[in-house]
Parts: sequence; C-alpha cells; structure tokens
Amino acid sequence: MAFESFADFLAMGKHGFYVWSAYGVSALLIIANMALAIRAQGQVRQRLARQQRRDTLGDSEQ
Amino acid sequence: MVWQTLKRWYHMLGSPRYFYTFSSRVLPWLTPIAVLTLAAGLVWGLAFAPSDYQQGNSYRIIFIHVPASSGALMGYMALGVSGLVAVVWRMKMAEVMLKAIAPFGAGLAAISLVTGALWGKPTWGTYWQWDARMTSMLILLFMYVGVIALQAVIRDPRQAARAAGLLAMVGVINVVIVKYSVEWVQTLHQGSTLKMFGESTIDPAMKYPLLLSMLGLWLLYAVNVLLRARTEVMWRERRSKWVNKLVKEGDR
Repeated sequence: MAFESFADFLAMGKHGFYVWSAYGVSALLIIANMALAIRAQGQVRQRLARQQRRDTLGDSEQ
Repeated sequence: MVWQTLKRWYHMLGSPRYFYTFSSRVLPWLTPIAVLTLAAGLVWGLAFAPSDYQQGNSYRIIFIHVPASSGALMGYMALGVSGLVAVVWRMKMAEVMLKAIAPFGAGLAAISLVTGALWGKPTWGTYWQWDARMTSMLILLFMYVGVIALQAVIRDPRQAARAAGLLAMVGVINVVIVKYSVEWVQTLHQGSTLKMFGESTIDPAMKYPLLLSMLGLWLLYAVNVLLRARTEVMWRERRSKWVNKLVKEGDR
C-alpha cells in the first residue's frame, strides 16, 4: 500500500477532490455506455419477437 | 496459401451471420477478462503504486486518463478504416462497424477531456487552455459526435454509412495532430513517457499498473463494439431466415 490509512487513501494528499471526481465521472460514463449498448440489444430483440408473434397470428387467422 | 487464408477470413468476417455466431462465442469470456483486468489495473494504480515526487497523488488520474485517451485515438483510427472500406468497397460489416465503434469512442474522448482538466488544475493551475493538445482532443470528440449524428439523421442506412464514412476518413488527420501535438508545438501538456518503441521514461512501478488498466479498458471497448455490432447486424438482417430462427428460439 502507498497509504498509511484508509482516510489517507481517500485524501490523496491534498488532491482527493480531483482524483475522485475524475474517477467518478469516468465510471459514470463507462457504465452508462455499456448499459445503453446492452439495452439496445434487448430492445431490438423484443421488437423482432413482437413482430414475429404478430406475423404468425396473422397467418393463422386467414 | 497465405492469400487463400486471408481471402477466407475476409469472407467470414464480412458475413453478418458468421460475425454474430463468432461474437456469441467470444463475449462470454472476453467480458469478465476485460472487467477484471481493468479493475486490477485501477486498484493497483490507485492504492499500491508509489506517489509521484513532483505531482504527489494527483498523478493517479493517469491510470484512467491515458487509457481513455489512447482508446479514443485508436478507436478513431478503426473508425477511419471502417469508413474507407465502407465508402470504397461498400462492405456491409464495415458499415456496421462504423456505427458500433463511435459511441464508446466518444465516451472515452469525453473522459479524456474531463480527467485531463481535473488533472490540469492541481498540476498546471488551470482546468483548460486552448493549446494544440487540448483543442485537437476536443475536435476529436466533435468528430465522433459528428459521425454518430450523421448516422442518426440520414434514414437510409447505406447512405448514412457513406456520409459518416467520409467524415470518419477526414477526421483521421486530426488523430495525427493529437498524437504529435506534444512534440511539434509548445503546449502545456507533458510529453509521452510511455513509448511503444524504445525506452519508456516512466517508472516501472507506475508503468505496469498503467499498462494493465490500458489493456482492460481497450478490451472493454472491444466488448462494447461487439455488443453494438451484434444489435446492428440483427436489425439489418431482420428479414433473413437465420435471424427469424434466432428470435423464435429466444436464443441469445
């Protein structure tokens, strides 16, 4: 460990604010980006599945 | 022989269906490897690497700033190549990649700018300066946003790919400017201490966690691109038999 205590680690010398806000913003952007990619995949699949159900329903009614 | 192999690869990866199966096999192990590598690199860098004799602990921003910046630059190079292939040979998978590579790259460019500013304040005494490195990095973010916006605005996906491909190609010039701006002109930004060729001037105790977090973030970028490309392939091929079969089976 490069720090004496956990409080020391959080303080980052006098630069805690800069270090932790840099990592906070980065984590937020990365996680949001991954979540959006996963959500888009689910949405396309759902949409295609709905379309398919509608098509098969239409076929059986004729 | 070599030519035959290359040709086979080109046809395989150029096929949306082959790509989809390939990504289904790769993602389940690539995702955990990426997350664990990045986490290991960051924990090592934040808690265990020694502090810098000049910059104290603020330098620890490097472990996300450098991976994000290099990822944004490499991603843009890949975007430029996809643009070239999409415009010249009109290859379907290149068009898909043109769409899949941009969003995470834009995110990384934004991270690079924000973390850079937060590092600049305690180190240089200012969040921002309109100098060559920072301005060209801001332009990189705009190029990414431009490519994304063009694809969102033009309805026909093939036409959208042509327009976005052209913009992506032109933007490659800016990548070169970002890369060499610290060597060609006076800037506030420090020169690179990590070198692909030749001796790095960064301390090994800082170099290895940096390399680890860099690898982790790049792998995560790859995961993101694969996910987005799969979605795009599925949508574009929605009328094909194989996608219909996949949807029916509820398969992932």
